[in-house]
Amino acid sequence: MHEYAIEMRGITKTFPGVIANDKVDLNVKNQEIHALLGENGAGKSTLMSILFGAYSADSGTILINGKEVEIKNPNVATALGIGMVHQHFKLVQNYTVTENIVLGMEPRRGQILDLKKARGEVAALSARYGLAVDPDAKIEDISVSQQQRVEILKTLYRSANIIIFDEPTAVLTPQEIDELIEIIIKLKDEGKTIVLITHKLREIKAVADRCTVLRRGKYIGTVEVADISEGDLAEMMVGRTVRFEIDKPGQEPGDVVLKLENVSVKDHLGLEKVSNLTLDVHSGEIVGIAGVDGNGQSELLGAITGLLPLSGGEIYIDDRPIGNLTIRERIEAGLGYTPEDRQRYGLVADFTIAENAVLKNYYDPRYTGRFGILNNQAMHDEAEALIEQFDIRAGEGSHTKAGSLSGGNQQKVIVAREISLKPKVLIVAQPTRGLDVGAIEYIRKRIIEERSRGQAILLVSFELDEIMNLCDRIATISKGTIVAVNRSDEVTERDIGMMMAGSQAKESV
Amino acid sequence: MKKKDAWIQSDGAVSVLVVLLGFLVGTILVALVGKNPLNMYKAILQALSGYNIDNGKMNVRYIGETLNYSVPFILCGLSMGFANRVGLFNIGGEGQYIMGMTVAQIIALLGPQIPVLHWLLALLGAMLIGAIWGGVVGILKAKYEVSEVVSTIMLNYVALYLSRIICLQLPGATTYRTATYPETALITNAFFQKITKNSLLNNGIFFMILAVMAFWFIMEKTSLGYGMRATGFNKEAARASGIPVVRSISISMAISGIFAGLAGGIIALGSFKYGRVIAGMDNYGFDGIAVALVGNSTALGTTLAGMLFGLLKNAQALMQAKQIPKEITFIIQGLIVIFIALRSALRIYKEYLDKRRLQREVGL
Amino acid sequence: MMILNMLPSVLMIVAPILITAIGGMVSEKSGVVNIALEGLMMIGAMSAAAAHVLVEASGMNHTLSLVLAMVIGTGIGGLFSLLHAVAAINLNADQTISGTGINLLASGVTIFASQILFNADRTKEFRMGMQTDALGFYPTAYIALIVVLLSWFVLYKLPFGMHLRACGEHPGAAESVGINVKRIRYIAVLASGMLAGLAGGCVVLTQTIQYTSNTINGRGFIALAAVSFGRWRPAGVAGAALLFGTAQAFAIIANNIPALRVLPTEVFNILPYVVTLIALVLFSGKNYAPAAAGKPYEKGAS
Repeated sequence: MHEYAIEMRGITKTFPGVIANDKVDLNVKNQEIHALLGENGAGKSTLMSILFGAYSADSGTILINGKEVEIKNPNVATALGIGMVHQHFKLVQNYTVTENIVLGMEPRRGQILDLKKARGEVAALSARYGLAVDPDAKIEDISVSQQQRVEILKTLYRSANIIIFDEPTAVLTPQEIDELIEIIIKLKDEGKTIVLITHKLREIKAVADRCTVLRRGKYIGTVEVADISEGDLAEMMVGRTVRFEIDKPGQEPGDVVLKLENVSVKDHLGLEKVSNLTLDVHSGEIVGIAGVDGNGQSELLGAITGLLPLSGGEIYIDDRPIGNLTIRERIEAGLGYTPEDRQRYGLVADFTIAENAVLKNYYDPRYTGRFGILNNQAMHDEAEALIEQFDIRAGEGSHTKAGSLSGGNQQKVIVAREISLKPKVLIVAQPTRGLDVGAIEYIRKRIIEERSRGQAILLVSFELDEIMNLCDRIATISKGTIVAVNRSDEVTERDIGMMMAGSQAKESV
Repeated sequence: MKKKDAWIQSDGAVSVLVVLLGFLVGTILVALVGKNPLNMYKAILQALSGYNIDNGKMNVRYIGETLNYSVPFILCGLSMGFANRVGLFNIGGEGQYIMGMTVAQIIALLGPQIPVLHWLLALLGAMLIGAIWGGVVGILKAKYEVSEVVSTIMLNYVALYLSRIICLQLPGATTYRTATYPETALITNAFFQKITKNSLLNNGIFFMILAVMAFWFIMEKTSLGYGMRATGFNKEAARASGIPVVRSISISMAISGIFAGLAGGIIALGSFKYGRVIAGMDNYGFDGIAVALVGNSTALGTTLAGMLFGLLKNAQALMQAKQIPKEITFIIQGLIVIFIALRSALRIYKEYLDKRRLQREVGL
Repeated sequence: MMILNMLPSVLMIVAPILITAIGGMVSEKSGVVNIALEGLMMIGAMSAAAAHVLVEASGMNHTLSLVLAMVIGTGIGGLFSLLHAVAAINLNADQTISGTGINLLASGVTIFASQILFNADRTKEFRMGMQTDALGFYPTAYIALIVVLLSWFVLYKLPFGMHLRACGEHPGAAESVGINVKRIRYIAVLASGMLAGLAGGCVVLTQTIQYTSNTINGRGFIALAAVSFGRWRPAGVAGAALLFGTAQAFAIIANNIPALRVLPTEVFNILPYVVTLIALVLFSGKNYAPAAAGKPYEKGAS
């Protein structure tokens, strides 16, 4: 067997407006676990998509086991033994586990589908590799980590020898991450070669043999993981020294501003996703909701903001019940919100920064005169002030269309807008998702600043270290209820991880 | 952005390109079936300027007729365009037009015969019923997620037959017309008639101009329009920001219906001296779709596009006289709409240009 | 008993709507919304009528002439649907606009062609259309039944069908396992065009004697509503088409019920459209639509 399973030489790939890969090299040895590290937008996913045949490189060569190949489409990649476990699972929601695994390679009896045979094959495969799944369950009904196992089985069904994992731990609890690491090691023992795309330094240290670092589309270097520290890896990834800790001055919280009392919420299919949830947030404190995606956070936020109705309990802002108020009334009652999906819920891409800045209060006398006539000048003035205050990079100032801003600047616009409305309570959901390190630092710094000014803040995040670093108190959510609320200095990540998965609560507050 | 790229981005340029393409294909088609395309253009020229190339005579009446035909096209274009800005595909202009026409006819025959008040009431009635006929669609969409594409088509046919049922009950009704209107119900304009040699150009054109201005003003200058535009661009963000989306959609469909209803009323009282018991659709509502798309759902664009379509319609009879089937104009319109749908093809082309430029930068 | 006697007439009206609706369902299940069904029916109807009257005049065997006419209607319907396919699939066009454009185009092309061929704004009347069989049913009823059964079989029993449905639910997933999403969508749109064309031929050859601009009169849109009302499944769509077709056939049914004969015809004309509207309001199931229907698929989008 050739020493190197994969050799990518001089790979270049451009998209409209960006050079995703700029003469990148990658060498992966046979039967090693090789990590591909880089920030959001560094080009890791693009490189692997080229390997998997989803894209064609503009130039460069690829060798598999020493032989030069051209990977025109996923079929060719599959034939070469390459399989990909995608970050955003490519599973058909209303098909069963079996149907998803065999899709495209279905066993047949003559011309007709033989799903019974498929089921048998899937069960056998699942047993052999220790990846427990229910072959007849529909994807929309199973958990995220189970769905990931289906993705893995898809590659194994196609006899993959090289398996690429794209950001596999983003959606898992700490326990599930441990399980996944065990699975990956087992696959390596079975003779597979693993490429792990990630930006999580801790996991690289836990499982990878070697690591290649990309930055802004360029190849930076390859290192032996055992010989390098997390700090040095971070520096390679970002290009400068990175501070992990944030300065958070001690502070006494004030009165209760937001109160959730026995809140229950059903999703739009009628299933109860939040059950009897009680929590409060004081002024001058940051309360975090820690939990794995899918445990009711979205529904809870929906109920607080007004996008979903309350099916039980009540929500108070400054002792005023808001459960029956419209979305606009809640905003007027002092609710600020930076949504998780900023492009879908936070901004109108075709509007200018000025128009986005007043999205929640454009009807205020400051911006709308008599007879409902808009005061465009006032909007632009307000936007220009925010642009300066929040250091927003916009080519045409307040006339820039929001859609043309970078992710970080879009988030700044949203945060700026919410803060400028001086809400009684500010809710931030996944505030640093998908941003580059510079923007992440800025947003987190800003959140702490607002806390110092007495702002009550509710933070929902899937990044545990973000929660640990920023929050005063942490409420762990699992299956729609709060398992426990702890002071951040009295609990460890391990403890929270166990609570996320539903084990014993460890109360401190 | 380089100047060449900016040009491709401009929506106005796209519209012009698309219209020219439509005409090109239409011309080829006419030639292919053995007719002389030149006749088509002669007819268009005559409709536009009144000048008949073949015999060198000038008849101002054609100019008046072109302007008059533009009125319902522009109004129906405004109707579709207004809804489009809120993200709806309102192809119910036809039904709203028919209901507007019907109510105008009713008030014309049964209303108070007081000068000015009579036709004013009739037109207002037309606008009101248009608002209702359109508003219903908006509510169905906003509250019950019923596709407006299907519901408007259904309401078009309902309007057609309902109009027949009602008009057959009006005074003096036969199978195709009612009694003649009283003088006070008409919106004819003697001055126009004099200067355009008895074309049908009437007071309706003033209402149309007011409508165009209202469209622009509401959409661009009011908080109501702001909310509508936000809803049209990104309904979820609008909703999450507290903008009353259901209300915006319903109101915009109602306003959309007002424009189309007004068109029906103007045609009823301006182009005819009696009520009609219609057997089929006038098609202004459907043509309004193409007008709005070419005009990119803006006030100015729709006006220009509407005038173009008015011109084409006026040229139809002239074309038919020169043995060119008048349906060629429908074909051209259909092609224009399809080409508009391909606007995104231009975006793909632009992305291809960007990519080549980047590749050059990287040294490939 | 009287109702049973109505059955052949009802089926005559239901059949074309059902055939078109199945085509629309197949297209949407692959991810392409095809609102051009109305225009495609018009094209099919006009082509079939024109073909039949011309071939009939040449003295060919009557049945052969009908078959030829239907084949031509089907083929030309398919041909026109390619326009929508290219626009929606290759060029990522707005599918609603492109579909509307085809409807406008069809309304023009059909009459234009009539003008060229027959010097009138309608096709020339043919002498004899389709005949009913011993039971009183038109062949179109059987054709419709076959189409429904065939669609169910292909969609749920063949690998091709499984691939097609995946394209409409999650084209990214399909592409990642090597399914050619564009090719499958092309086939689906083509099928919907051919079925609409076939259905148009059925309308004109069983219900009237020539093609005019009023022949199709919204049936294509009623078929579209049937797809949604039938929740994108063959059995549901068949039921919906039956409901809407019955409403349309009511004019005939009412003729046999003395109490209803006094109402003006227009009341019955309105009925199918009102019924469709009410059905949509009461039973609108947007949740059942294929998840990716109507969205252009860009390769590499995750």
